[in-house]
Amino acid sequence: MADLTTDFLGIKSPNPFWLASAPPTDKEYNVRRAFEAGWGGVVWKTLGSEGPPVVNVNGPRYGVIHGADRRVLGLNNIELITDRDLQTNLDEITRVKADYPDRALIVSIMVPCEEQAWKDILPRVEATGADGIELNFGCPHGMSERGMGAAVGQVPEYIEMVTRWCKQYYSRPVIVKLTPNITDVRLPAAAAKRGGADAVSLINTINSIVSVNLDTMSPEPSIDGKGSHGGYCGPAVKPIALSMVSEIARAPDTAGLPISGIGGVTTWRDAAEFITLGCGNVQVCTAAMTYGFKVVQEMISGLSEWMDEKGHTSIQDFKGAAVPNTTDWQYLNLNYVTKASISQDDCISCGRCYAACEDTSHQAIAMSEDRTFTVIDEECVACNLCVEVCPVENCITMVEMEAGSTDPRTGKVVEEVYANWTTHPNNPAATAAE
Amino acid sequence: MADRIFEAGVQAGRLDPQTYETHFADLHPPLDGHEALVAADRCYFCHDAPCITACPTDIDIPLFIRQIATGTPDAAAKTILSQNILGGMCARVCPTEQLCEEACVREAAEGKPVLIGQLQRYATDHLQEQGLHPFTRAASTGKRVAVVGAGPAGLSAAHRLAMLGHDIVMLDARAKPGGLNEYGIATYKTPDGFAQGEVDWLLKIGGITVMTDRALGRDVTLDELNSDYDAVFLGLGLRGVNALGVDGDDKDGVLDAVDFIADLRQASDVAQVPVGRDVVVIGGGMTAIDAAVQSKLLGALNVTLVYRRGRDRMNASVFEQDLAASKGVRIVTHAVPRAIHGNGAVREIEFEYVGEDLTPTGQTLRLAADQVFKAIGQTLSGSGLPALEGRKIAVDERGRTSIEGIWAGGDCAAGGDDLTVTAVAEGRDAAMDMHAVLMG
Repeated sequence: MADLTTDFLGIKSPNPFWLASAPPTDKEYNVRRAFEAGWGGVVWKTLGSEGPPVVNVNGPRYGVIHGADRRVLGLNNIELITDRDLQTNLDEITRVKADYPDRALIVSIMVPCEEQAWKDILPRVEATGADGIELNFGCPHGMSERGMGAAVGQVPEYIEMVTRWCKQYYSRPVIVKLTPNITDVRLPAAAAKRGGADAVSLINTINSIVSVNLDTMSPEPSIDGKGSHGGYCGPAVKPIALSMVSEIARAPDTAGLPISGIGGVTTWRDAAEFITLGCGNVQVCTAAMTYGFKVVQEMISGLSEWMDEKGHTSIQDFKGAAVPNTTDWQYLNLNYVTKASISQDDCISCGRCYAACEDTSHQAIAMSEDRTFTVIDEECVACNLCVEVCPVENCITMVEMEAGSTDPRTGKVVEEVYANWTTHPNNPAATAAE
Repeated sequence: MADRIFEAGVQAGRLDPQTYETHFADLHPPLDGHEALVAADRCYFCHDAPCITACPTDIDIPLFIRQIATGTPDAAAKTILSQNILGGMCARVCPTEQLCEEACVREAAEGKPVLIGQLQRYATDHLQEQGLHPFTRAASTGKRVAVVGAGPAGLSAAHRLAMLGHDIVMLDARAKPGGLNEYGIATYKTPDGFAQGEVDWLLKIGGITVMTDRALGRDVTLDELNSDYDAVFLGLGLRGVNALGVDGDDKDGVLDAVDFIADLRQASDVAQVPVGRDVVVIGGGMTAIDAAVQSKLLGALNVTLVYRRGRDRMNASVFEQDLAASKGVRIVTHAVPRAIHGNGAVREIEFEYVGEDLTPTGQTLRLAADQVFKAIGQTLSGSGLPALEGRKIAVDERGRTSIEGIWAGGDCAAGGDDLTVTAVAEGRDAAMDMHAVLMG
């Protein structure tokens, strides 16, 4: 069986599946049960400054986008950081870490952007024996109105400043959790690195209103007839998270900076994808909140099976393996020509490919009287829409045209050599091919 | 009480009341809201969908299913009812496994079609249970139309004509409107007075006067109707029953299956409907299946359905055949009745086995029988009707008969399957042609 242990910033965990800082990690009771269920690590729900804890709304905190049969596709929350007393949390963290030395235990922190606030809390966190801290610069709701969370994460200078304080007053690894509610995630990531961060984790939740109640005209979840934007997470946000992770992994300023991947990790496969884009581990929340702690068993067995099948003996074997293949549009090979091909044996004649292509794409699928659907190579631009709307997996595939053959759409011979936009004659800024 | 199932002869009350209730409950319990959403989500929203082509009334099935999926079942019902005003009944009795659901691409893909019939019922029930009638009449045209027969074809024609602004008088020979919906369909397919409820709902369009116990040929002639009204639609159905034509077919206990089914439908308490211990049903269509299954449900110990050809030639769908088998009906094929034995009342019926081409084999079969139900087809009855084609009224593709001003549709008209849904389509289409003619 593949070795799933990870060493992230020197913090060892038996598998790459950590629970993200969120309601599942709010207290000793949950975290002990999570470790018993098999989670490799936990980021304790965000602690605030000493003093009266924050209060949460007493109405609903969550809203959901459901798929068929009420599958949870996206989850929105307006819960704040821990609403329990600081010392209670610290005592519990100390006990749990002592009892589970082989698991990663990270403490998430969010205090005001004042040096003293960090100076006050960091020694107390250090005393718990926790393995590291994660700076919550991401929560987009509630705390951001008080100048914390995403309000910090949206200003690279603040990120750098606070990270530097943390490195100054805390001796163990510092992870900076980034908000996706920005235009270019590379800037806050670079700021974290400049401040001395040992790693970044991303993404935190995305500003969201999941729905509007058309009877009460109130956004959901509705609190006495009013709604506020919350933070969106769950399977729906995975593509956004993967892209942001890849940006950081690829950017010269931040390449090599350890990343803890977060955002819609629901199955082992999602986790594997995050790792191939450079993540050292992943953090999970919505899947656990939907199905309970037991889901980690599938994640562990699935990742292990896949690694065995591929001959990977450790996470390190495939970490970042997809980063070199993630590039800019301008470097994509324009001489790679494919055509859609419909397997008549697999086709069930639903006609979705036809409707999609005929109405919204390139009119490249023909339909016969007897509902046989065929690709018109002269029109097919290989957009892939038919492949994606076909309900039968692998019924429509994209077939690469061999070099030397003529593309009936363009009348041009398919070239064997790689050529991209930077050298294309239509590009006014094209440079001569080497 | 249970011992009464072994008593010979024709007896009522063979079962305990609870068992009757269970036996005659809804064959397919309705989908609840969540089940409907899950079932609707399976629809692929096919382009130029095969299910629409397969529907005799051309209901836009992908559209109504998407309307259910998006939480607007009443809009779905309007989509259905605008094509098929008896969409509620059709959802219950259509042989969907031979029509829309057979054509469903998911049937081809995985042998599990979208539950189109049940989804249609979900939508139409949702609307009709609120008592909502979604159509309104156009301004009066001043034209008067007689509709003969208040079955599916007549109801469909009457509703469409009334909606277009004509005034309708609908005559029916029976005591209640509805035709086979009311008298000819198994009780468990349309329980709780659904058929009458649907007729009442349909009549909310207004402009339709229903006159029951008015038979063509007995109480009024076609000539009178043709001269008194601007147009006439004939949806008479098939009131005659084919004769068995064997020795002893006049003995007590030898009955028409359609009468048995009608008695059961009209019974206020099914426990009062007598049934034999040993029942034999002759025929291979829906009526035969309905009679056989319901005999079993009434507590008959041995029910045998005997058909002269193979199962693949039966008009009853495979679903119906399987339903009968699941209820304990024995299906015997390739056998024709030769004699009915008994002293006054039937005691036994004798069959001869025949080959595929009905060649006698000389091999015989004798079955004990307290009751024999004949379900070998119905025929058109009446005189002074328009010209016939075969044994039914000849019509062109617009439903026009040989007599100007008279249209026909449903089972009495030649062409088309004898299905509720086909009758609805024919009534609707004839109405559209009548409207065009009436409005010049």
